[in-house]
Amino acid sequence: MSDEGIKIGVTVNGVKREAAVEPRELLVYFLREQLGLTGTHVGCDTSQCGACTIHLNGCAVKSCTILAVQADGAEIVTIEGLARGDALHPMQEGFREKHGLQCGYCTPGMIMTAVYLLKTNPNPTEDEIKRALEGNLCRCTGYVNIVEAIKWTAQKIGGDRVSR
Amino acid sequence: MFPASFGYFAARSVEEALDLLTKHGEDAKLLAGGHSLIPAMKLRLASPRYLIDIGRVPNLRGIRVDGDTLAIGALTVHADVASSDLVRRHLPGLAEAASVIGDVQVRNRGTIGGSVAHADPGADFPVILMALNASFTAVSPSGSRTLPVDGFFVDFFTTVLKPNEVLTEIRAPLPPAGTGTAYHKMPHPASGYVVVSAGALISRDASGNCASARVAIGGLASGPLRAQATEAALRGKPLTAKNIAAAAAQAAEGSDPVDDVYASAEYKRHMATVLVRRAVEQASERASKK
Repeated sequence: MSDEGIKIGVTVNGVKREAAVEPRELLVYFLREQLGLTGTHVGCDTSQCGACTIHLNGCAVKSCTILAVQADGAEIVTIEGLARGDALHPMQEGFREKHGLQCGYCTPGMIMTAVYLLKTNPNPTEDEIKRALEGNLCRCTGYVNIVEAIKWTAQKIGGDRVSR
Repeated sequence: MFPASFGYFAARSVEEALDLLTKHGEDAKLLAGGHSLIPAMKLRLASPRYLIDIGRVPNLRGIRVDGDTLAIGALTVHADVASSDLVRRHLPGLAEAASVIGDVQVRNRGTIGGSVAHADPGADFPVILMALNASFTAVSPSGSRTLPVDGFFVDFFTTVLKPNEVLTEIRAPLPPAGTGTAYHKMPHPASGYVVVSAGALISRDASGNCASARVAIGGLASGPLRAQATEAALRGKPLTAKNIAAAAAQAAEGSDPVDDVYASAEYKRHMATVLVRRAVEQASERASKK
């Protein structure tokens, strides 16, 4: 136990980062406030809404329910890590193409969950898409265009596994 | 929301976790995936002085066949239980229970050992593990002991685990030929927790009658309950739809659930009969295919 914090090392979007964190600091606040990666949102802050979804060691997780110290040594990808320069990730393209958003608050989490879905199931049925989104809440859209966006992307990448 | 301040230790082995538990006693809590404990700490329902993180202790994650038992490391996440070929082949009811916990992200992080040790009355694993006649391996400084599921869950959020013990493995007997398992759940539509759920393990004899039955129900008490009247009514009988329905009608016998904002006690008792019927029907069907 120490007041000055515990040293952790994580790789975030391919970049190695080291920092001292208070044990109670949640991963989402570490990403947003220490690393300035504010694309990951805090929605409900109670593990329900999925706005804070990131990839931790390749798996979609809710970063509001993980302590930063638990991520020591982990590989993290956030929404900022998807595009390559100006080239959008196919899932981001899909959300733009099918207008899979309204206010945009839930969108980073939706996209991170959707990318994880296509990594594990490259050709999901509509039902599988809807089930995969059970941990992501959208209060604007009714989900129709979100599901369309994921279908569009799955078709576009033609069953290739999404690499990131 | 932030938890109250606490001291943090990342244990590298079970032995190190045991040393820390011995040193800090009831001031310390074990942290695995943290998907029950961290929400409770954020709401200040729990404020442990120390957290001992066992999340990265090696060799506690994974599923293997050990003789006539399926052994699941305590740190195995729900998603791994749900997608495991071994679990799906031998104990599909367990895979089904794992696949309806929380959501995708929660299943990638929450652990079976954490769920069992936390003993939430709305959890899925305790119910199916009771039906499967599972047992739990607990390690303390004085050695290891095996705890049968019957008697393990003693009250809300309370098990027979001692403060100086670490749960390391969940063990479920591999079912013999002619045995089927199933799990059916009515989730709360917002939280996904169990309103009522039922798990069943049904064995058929050569003539197609019920040779043995274990049926457990969640949502009617502080922890999972055996549906003993249903089990007794099934034993020795042909597993027909009519017999199963008659046995399931007794599922809530001896239980005393409470009303809550979502469901009345009467409704829960009724749903128990429905879900037990479905679970026993499906387990019986699977028993006849093997």
